[in-house]
Amino acid sequence: MITLAYVYIVGGLFFAAMSVLSALDPSNPRRFRNAAFWGMLALSFLAGNYVGDLGNGMLALGLAVLGAWGLGQGKPKTTTPDERRASAEKRGNLLFLPALIIPAVALAGTLIAKQTRWGAQLIDPGQATLISLVLGVIIAVAVCMAWLRPPALAPLQEGRRLIDAVGWAAILPQMLASLGAVFLAAGVGDQVGKVFADYIPLDTRTMAVVAYCVGMALFTILMGNAFAAFPVMTAAVGLPVVVAKFGGDPAIVCAIGMLAGFCGTLMTPMAANFNVVPANLLELPDRKLALNGVIRAQIPTALPLLVANIILMRFLAFPS
Amino acid sequence: MLVLLGIAVVVFGFVVRANPLLVVVAAALVTGLAAAWTPEADFAVMWQAAVSTLEAFGKAFNDSRYVSVVWLVLVAIGLLERAGLQERARIVISKVRAATTGRLLWVYFIVRQITSAMGLTQLGGHAQMVRPLVAPMAEGASESRFGALPDRERYLIRAHSAATDNIALFFGEDIFIAIGSILLIVGFLDQSGVKVEPIQLSVWAIPTAIAALAIHSVRLFLLDRRLKRALANPGIAQ
Repeated sequence: MITLAYVYIVGGLFFAAMSVLSALDPSNPRRFRNAAFWGMLALSFLAGNYVGDLGNGMLALGLAVLGAWGLGQGKPKTTTPDERRASAEKRGNLLFLPALIIPAVALAGTLIAKQTRWGAQLIDPGQATLISLVLGVIIAVAVCMAWLRPPALAPLQEGRRLIDAVGWAAILPQMLASLGAVFLAAGVGDQVGKVFADYIPLDTRTMAVVAYCVGMALFTILMGNAFAAFPVMTAAVGLPVVVAKFGGDPAIVCAIGMLAGFCGTLMTPMAANFNVVPANLLELPDRKLALNGVIRAQIPTALPLLVANIILMRFLAFPS
Repeated sequence: MLVLLGIAVVVFGFVVRANPLLVVVAAALVTGLAAAWTPEADFAVMWQAAVSTLEAFGKAFNDSRYVSVVWLVLVAIGLLERAGLQERARIVISKVRAATTGRLLWVYFIVRQITSAMGLTQLGGHAQMVRPLVAPMAEGASESRFGALPDRERYLIRAHSAATDNIALFFGEDIFIAIGSILLIVGFLDQSGVKVEPIQLSVWAIPTAIAALAIHSVRLFLLDRRLKRALANPGIAQ
């Protein structure tokens, strides 16, 4: 049976390859930092179960320090813009097809593992989606290799080109999920719940949902990042109040809560990638203002959408 | 109450733009130390608390490795980009024929939302698509109807082009199962003792995606009306 353990081996080998190829890339002035960063992540994937809790903690700490110190960006050899245009003309819309293999296999694999007996023997039903996703990637890469016939190292080099563009942010979601665990162990949720209870009457479902969704949006505006707001607000209000006290479905509450946070992202200059970079790229005259043209164009969609999220959570998340 | 210091560290760290990875580790350590702190605690006790917090963080980090598995997708996307995936997307978008700015952006919104929902979040974007293609096409649609654009309307159209890209991306990508935000939720709930599958979460992103489409459609309709009022009879406006 394919379990998550195999997924970690595939992931570990991928990050190990990123590490080796980074070290060999002289065009990146910080190539050894990149190599150390991806190498530590590879170690975590391949040997995380054998290095102990403290070892894993040291790995996480090391990754954070390296990420803050600053990674470089490698320049793997790739095709030129002219070659790409010619290939796009020649291959047409068929190019989109291999990309669709990934979600299709992920969906099909999940259904097969959960609904059929032979599927459950093939794929661990508890982790069906993630395992099927990785299978989908492997199939899509195989199709691309057979069809496009790039050099043998191209998949890894192209992967490195893209993951170097993501940089240290690649492990931020995993780090935030881990922070959630520490918050939980220290009872942060209970404490914030008490603070909230002192100032806001969270005694109805509607009030609890409003507090959670608006809190997600406000925290996101402050931090510029819904990912960071999520563990805080969900430990504080989402899980203890909306889910535990009023019986909300955790999957629905969290899914919509994250999207309420995204409404905040639309309204904040702190989310520079989304709101400040385009104002600069488009040479807007008010690009230096806190509420530049892009943000002002987004607020009238973001506010009604926040209300829509509140209504959706209120009516979808609770069993009638 | 002291454990709330960890939240303060998160907020402060992000507001002063410290590196988020360091902010997260610092917040975890502060939370663990605050939970262990008593007026009698000496250095040895606090050191032990720091070590056990790092252990708890390390265990959670190891248990939630699957959150970072999403990056494997980049191998396939990178191969397709090498063969001209983005160029092909540009060709498709540039063939869109729409009579007005609002309708053009509306078509782009739908394309962007659907491709994001399939995990192709890199197909759009401000540098790749909005500046070279969407914004000029949106401006062009109004120019061909009303003639040369005054600066005010030109920048309004540009701002709406960027906004359309952002909104379609945010409220499309969560329908795809392998996106950071979905796996962050899975990991967070897992650490809290609640098991959910990514697919259960992405399904519940669909109602909001529809709401976003509905609301932004109205916005773009209103944008067209505003442009028409401002540009169709410049004599009256002045």
